[in-house]
Amino acid sequence: MRSLFTHSLTLRVLSFAIVFGIWEYLGRVPISPAFPTFLETMSALGSMIADGSMAAVYPATFQPLLIGLVISSILGIACGVFMGLNHKAEWFGAPVFIVLQSAPLAALIPLLTFAYGIGLTSKIITVCIMSVPVIVLNAYTAVRHTPVSMIEMGESYLGSRRQIIMKIIIPSASPVIYAGLRLGAAMGFIGAILAELLITPTGIGDLITYNQSIAEYEKMYAAIFSIMVFAVIFIEILERTEYLFFRPDKRVTQ
Amino acid sequence: MKLFGIKIPMMASLIFWAILWEIAGQLDVSILLPPFSSIIMRMVEIIPTQTFFKAFLITAECFLLGTGIAIVLGIPIGVLMGRSIVADRMLLPWVNMFLSAPLTALVPVLMTLFGFGMKTIILTTVLFAIWIIVLDARAGVKNITPSLVDMAKSFQASHWQAFTKIYVWAALPEILAGIRLGCIRSVKGVIIGQLLVSVVGFGRLFELYSANFLMEHMWALLFFLFFFAFLIAEGLGVLERRFEYYAAARH
Amino acid sequence: MSNSSAAVSRAASSIAVEVEKVSKIYPGGVEALNDMTIQFPKGELTSLLGPSGCGKTTLLKIIAGLLPATSGRVTVNGVEVTGPGEERAFVFQDFALMPWATVLRNAAFGLELRGVAKSERHAIAEKYIEAVGLKGCEKLYPHELSGGMRQRVGLARALAVDAEVLLMDEPFSAVDEQTRRKFQEDLLDVIKHEGKTFIFVTHSIEEAVYVSHSIALLLPRPSRVSEIIRPDIDRDISPDAIRRDPVYLDIVERIWKGLRTYVE
Ligand SMILES: Nc1ncnc2c1ncn2[C@@H]1O[C@H](COP(=O)(O)OP(=O)(O)OP(=O)(O)O)[C@@H](O)[C@H]1O
Ligand SMILES: [Mg+2]
Repeated sequence: MRSLFTHSLTLRVLSFAIVFGIWEYLGRVPISPAFPTFLETMSALGSMIADGSMAAVYPATFQPLLIGLVISSILGIACGVFMGLNHKAEWFGAPVFIVLQSAPLAALIPLLTFAYGIGLTSKIITVCIMSVPVIVLNAYTAVRHTPVSMIEMGESYLGSRRQIIMKIIIPSASPVIYAGLRLGAAMGFIGAILAELLITPTGIGDLITYNQSIAEYEKMYAAIFSIMVFAVIFIEILERTEYLFFRPDKRVTQ
Repeated sequence: MKLFGIKIPMMASLIFWAILWEIAGQLDVSILLPPFSSIIMRMVEIIPTQTFFKAFLITAECFLLGTGIAIVLGIPIGVLMGRSIVADRMLLPWVNMFLSAPLTALVPVLMTLFGFGMKTIILTTVLFAIWIIVLDARAGVKNITPSLVDMAKSFQASHWQAFTKIYVWAALPEILAGIRLGCIRSVKGVIIGQLLVSVVGFGRLFELYSANFLMEHMWALLFFLFFFAFLIAEGLGVLERRFEYYAAARH
Repeated sequence: MSNSSAAVSRAASSIAVEVEKVSKIYPGGVEALNDMTIQFPKGELTSLLGPSGCGKTTLLKIIAGLLPATSGRVTVNGVEVTGPGEERAFVFQDFALMPWATVLRNAAFGLELRGVAKSERHAIAEKYIEAVGLKGCEKLYPHELSGGMRQRVGLARALAVDAEVLLMDEPFSAVDEQTRRKFQEDLLDVIKHEGKTFIFVTHSIEEAVYVSHSIALLLPRPSRVSEIIRPDIDRDISPDAIRRDPVYLDIVERIWKGLRTYVE
């Protein structure tokens, strides 16, 4: 087992080395004057972290992102669970969210700027509209598809409706709800960056567009690299907390 | 839901929302919401125009090319990952990463490398669609009943035969699900690409409408897009359900 | 000594599959087979009978060339097994039918992989579909068949490639008892007419005694052959008579006595 583990780790490291090696090579050719090498990008990243310019922009990106994600998590889960439990709510709500989930909601951004200006509100709403549909639909389907035998088990032991909801339906739905949160967070990141590129350049989006406009491509790439890594780590942490709190079954096998 | 003992299909509630919208529009609740009826009128007016049709063609072309590339590349990569542990361990971190990474941040890179045109939009579409297709094809191949693989081996199937005659077909339910999810994502990708490039296709129309505060035009275009996206998702969903007997045959 | 070497050479001509000192240790350290030696005579059905987890499937897969042995060798007609071959065909416990293909295509699949022309392979497959009693079902899909019918397709597929050795891993375990009995009778028919060598894994003592020329009793893991029993039953009498035959009942009893020590 031990050798297998190192084996998988070696392969992972090798895979990263290959990709970064190709990046370095293509940057040295160079395939385009606007394509810096991997090492240039990394040194730009290092200097941007060192001189604090990176740390300075992140709060501006995170403010709308976090506010938006909190709002859409609370609203989305509440909506989804309610729709899963109540047939009338399901009839009214589910079709809307089914349509919204497949719709390219990013197209609403021009409307939002029109209505709410170019400030924080527009950006928060952008994050929300990107992340809400998947959160709602996951919560809804999870609640709706609670195994019937489990509910019947609860009823046969004379559980009240409230007990059945709190002790059976919600716990059994929580892994899927949580998966929805993770997908919602990923969409929220997409929305937050899109808002910064499209509405007004702030935060990391500003760093990207500004360095692009003055042709400091290694800094532009460094900014993009950092936000990608950041998003991946953020969602990885969400996943870890899921294992920690909601999935004793997965924890045992790990 | 039931009304007077008659079961009303769920999608009918959209009509209710449309009526609500119409009332809100007539009452001038917000400049954001023009009456539903005038949006529909506007749709009838602008959809037959040349500019709209051209923008639609460009969008459709980008969508089809992008999704096509994502499918053609994604399925073999996914199958390979499902069959080879080495390929899986090398590629899975990247697939998972791109699945949760903010891909919008990469669009500026594409713009500097490929210009403000269709190439960038197509690549954005590919980038949005491909990862879920890879992941689902991989899951499908991993779920193949082991005895089916043994069966092919015992009849001395070549790698190519096993790929074309067993793996792709056995993984078809998951592959179709991946294609459906990939298409939903590539609709989003094609629109985000156009919003950011903003000089071609619907991106130009968005720019035009919002610069001139044409609310009804904007909504007409949005409805058109939402409707199309819904049609694609549902159509693929129907196709997917036709293969449900596969799952039954698995157990 | 000269006597025994003569016996060996006589045996060699009538031995289809020979397993010599085969051991199998799975990665992770499970020792499934230990120094297993066993011979399977040509044209006969030999059953492998033993407690669950004793390595019957493992042995069958090694003979099929689907699994490499850790040590020892397997020969089929004197040729060492290094992988799957045309002279062996496998019948799977879970049928291994392709849900996307019709009965006809499933039955002809072995031939399809060998590049046999469509009309030819369909003609052959139709013949065997009829032989296993599925005439008229050619256009159906596996999910439209019962478990018993599905396994008949699996059998037709194995027969269609005209392999000399048929390897069957608990072919009837996913089939209900009534169908199973009918199936066993049909299998006796097939054995009589096809003249092939069958290696048959089963859990059921009655089934083993009923269908086999000889039965190899395996000990628990790591597995060795404890005893080979040849039920001398007159197979010309009717199936029901066989099941009431005292010889049949005695052998069932004897095997059960031999195995029950491991169950308890
Ligand atoms: N792929 C594998 N990896 C590790 N161990 C295995 C593997 N396959 C089988 N084993 C082990 O090898 C032993 C023999 O397995 P095998 O499947 O051959 O038994 P069997 O006699 O066919 O059992 P059954 O009658 O239940 O089908 C078992 O203890 C099993 O746990
Ligand atoms: Mg077995």
